[in-house]
Amino acid sequence: MFAIDFGKPKNEVVVGIDLGTTNSLVAAMGPSAPFIIPGPDGDPLVPSVVTALPNGDFLVGNPARRALVTHPRRTVYSVKRLMGRGAADIAEERKLLPFKMGEGSESVIQIELGTRTFTPPVISGIILRRLKQNAEEHLGEPVTKAVITVPAYFNDAQRQATKDAGRIAGLEVLRLVNEPTAAALAYGLDKRKEGIVAVYDLGGGTFDISILRLQDGIFEVLATGGDTRLGGDDIDNLLLRVALEDIASEWGEDLTKNLEAVQLLRRAVIEAKHALSVLPRTNVVLEYRDRRYARELTRDVFNRLVLPIVERTLAPCRQAMADAGVTTGQIDEVVLVGGSTRVPLLREAVERLFRAKPHCELNPDQVVALGAAVQASILSGQQTDKLLLDVTPLSLGIETMGGLVSRIIQRNSTIPASATETFTTAVEGQTNVLIHVVQGEREMVKDCRSLARFDLKGIAPMPAGMPRIEVRFLIDANGILQVSAREQRTGLEQSVEVKPSYGLSDEQVEAMILESIERAEDDFAERQVREMRVEADNVMQAVEKAKQSDAWFERPEDERESVNRALNELLVVYHGDDHTLIRVKIEALDEATRPLAETIMNSAVNTALKGTKI
Amino acid sequence: MRYYEALGLEPRLALDAGDLQKRFYDRSRQWHPDRFSTRPAAEQRTALEMTALINDAFRTLRDPAARAEYVLSENGLEASAQRGKDVPADLLEEVLELNMALEEADGAQVARSLGQFESMLAGVDGQLAGLFAAWDAAPSAGRLEPVRAALNRRKYIANLVRDARKTLETARET
Ligand SMILES: Nc1ncnc2c1ncn2[C@@H]1O[C@H](COP(=O)(O)OP(=O)(O)OP(=O)(O)O)[C@@H](O)[C@H]1O
Ligand SMILES: [Mg+2]
Repeated sequence: MFAIDFGKPKNEVVVGIDLGTTNSLVAAMGPSAPFIIPGPDGDPLVPSVVTALPNGDFLVGNPARRALVTHPRRTVYSVKRLMGRGAADIAEERKLLPFKMGEGSESVIQIELGTRTFTPPVISGIILRRLKQNAEEHLGEPVTKAVITVPAYFNDAQRQATKDAGRIAGLEVLRLVNEPTAAALAYGLDKRKEGIVAVYDLGGGTFDISILRLQDGIFEVLATGGDTRLGGDDIDNLLLRVALEDIASEWGEDLTKNLEAVQLLRRAVIEAKHALSVLPRTNVVLEYRDRRYARELTRDVFNRLVLPIVERTLAPCRQAMADAGVTTGQIDEVVLVGGSTRVPLLREAVERLFRAKPHCELNPDQVVALGAAVQASILSGQQTDKLLLDVTPLSLGIETMGGLVSRIIQRNSTIPASATETFTTAVEGQTNVLIHVVQGEREMVKDCRSLARFDLKGIAPMPAGMPRIEVRFLIDANGILQVSAREQRTGLEQSVEVKPSYGLSDEQVEAMILESIERAEDDFAERQVREMRVEADNVMQAVEKAKQSDAWFERPEDERESVNRALNELLVVYHGDDHTLIRVKIEALDEATRPLAETIMNSAVNTALKGTKI
Repeated sequence: MRYYEALGLEPRLALDAGDLQKRFYDRSRQWHPDRFSTRPAAEQRTALEMTALINDAFRTLRDPAARAEYVLSENGLEASAQRGKDVPADLLEEVLELNMALEEADGAQVARSLGQFESMLAGVDGQLAGLFAAWDAAPSAGRLEPVRAALNRRKYIANLVRDARKTLETARET
């Protein structure tokens, strides 16, 4: 007799995902270390940008980022800043993000893109699904489970919205991990066996500071703090405003309402910001409708502009140290995370505050995803020598008489954490009790953030004050609240109806699962073709524009002919279904137009140098 | 008492911080939900409940005042609702002095008062340690009463120290 050896069933891979404000990444654990999974274009970062095309398809990542200029009304970015928020609390975001808000945005924002509206969890779900597909392509197996990171300072609604996004994307979210904690895991700082570490994370949209104690493989978060509306976006917005004013006085034209121009200028100020991290000076350049704006920006001026943003990060750092009960002298290491920590002024400020040279060996925009992959391998049981003990960033309270908050779980409590309170009735025969739960550190309900109202229903009619309902508040390992109740006398589980103040109900999430809101996607090849066509659109549009310029007529006859030929050849393959062929023709067109592009660039630079306007 | 049981401890008011931390880590390694994510739902639920209990227990027991309050309430002695609000009679003079200094933003006097209260706090802590040891040696309701009184006094002084420190800090920053 012989037996067939099917081998051991292979453990399903769990990926780690950094769902960022600006960039998202997916990573997995390799034999010895975590690695980033690149997209099909080879870029490890997938920009968190989504375009809803008129035909019902979506562009995600780099193609969508390029479409920001060509399809500004159909493209949305930095949607993480809208997660778990309602219309009333996004005044800041409205100034920053030029999106159209649809009706019924009170508890969940409705983002209008073209003729359709989408909630932030759906947009995030579209990004997550792309990361899932990238991982499946790369690993050659289905991916259905993930660890997703969130800013440590995210509240309950923002966490829930992130979990919903995972579900919408067809992912089972095994755990939400706080971004700074994930970064500490990625650094393998446990190798030092013992010590206190500060993780400073300034990304595109959020700021986090966490203080951890490491001991024998345990990463115990002592305290965390932050600001969920502070990041590189704010620097961009500042520079953008200054540039718009400058242009208005130079051109006598206010471009603020001109979405296309604003997006071009936004791109230009971001480029300048990045350049200033390595250069002492650079130029902000906008070319728009045959006009050209160029302004030199020095690092000194830049530093003066962003100083207030740098300073806004320092108070949460001091508070977190106080909460952790540590002084600067006790901090052994500082870790820098997030693309915005490349700004030299910021590095200096952090170094001065903690009096320690910060770590930045790992790429600051990849380290969180790598840590998420480490946590994924811990959850799937592949690593048993490490353990994360995280905390809840905000105190949990319930509304009491006079609009006051009675705190039941303090901020920085290790999670899971629980508290039990007993409630009763105020009038005879009352059959339900309403509990209003809030998050925040202030004394008054109106100054805290409403989390949900819990309706304890079906209380047997009794004289006032007789029923004794024990309510248990439990913050789980994801930092999300669960509530259960029982009647003390009978010991019976009491039904609790939850009315979240912000966010989607279970049924709404169900209806948003991506397959149900769009036509059946998605053959990988088909998608690549569609993306390549948008790419081709962009290139052809640019070439057509260049052909209107003086430079075009200065080029030799044969060169112009070869450009036209390349353009025609691209048009021929455009409607075919071979994406590589389209790419080849795009590249050929690029090649053919290079001298033309250079001429245009040079003449632009020359005019700029002469200081005259075109 | 559940919190003590959760960390495998006998109910004692005096505990060793290092030992407590080690027990907390050991039990977290054993019960944390991260260790159960490939297990059936029922086991995951148990892990969640156990870890919440371990965390609640550690958070309460590592702080001597919170620990003593827990033991008081488990023994049916609720710390009074007024605690930390009534001025202990023998402190009246010092308290008035501090309040005046706070009001007049007299930094030097606030600093002097702060020193006074800090040493009083240390005194109460010493007293509490003695009371803890007495109860641990022979637990009885009679030996908890003085613990409660000392706790209330401690709370009051701790609040004063906190306010004085805050005033000095804001003064330094501006
Ligand atoms: N060289 C650089 N100099 C200055 N800023 C930079 C540089 N490189 C990247 N950034 C900025 O870093 C931000 C993106 O960082 P990162 O990818 O870490 O953010 P994110 O993870 O998407 O956002 P978050 O963590 O807030 O959700 C952007 O604002 C980007 O402009
Ligand atoms: Mg980030």
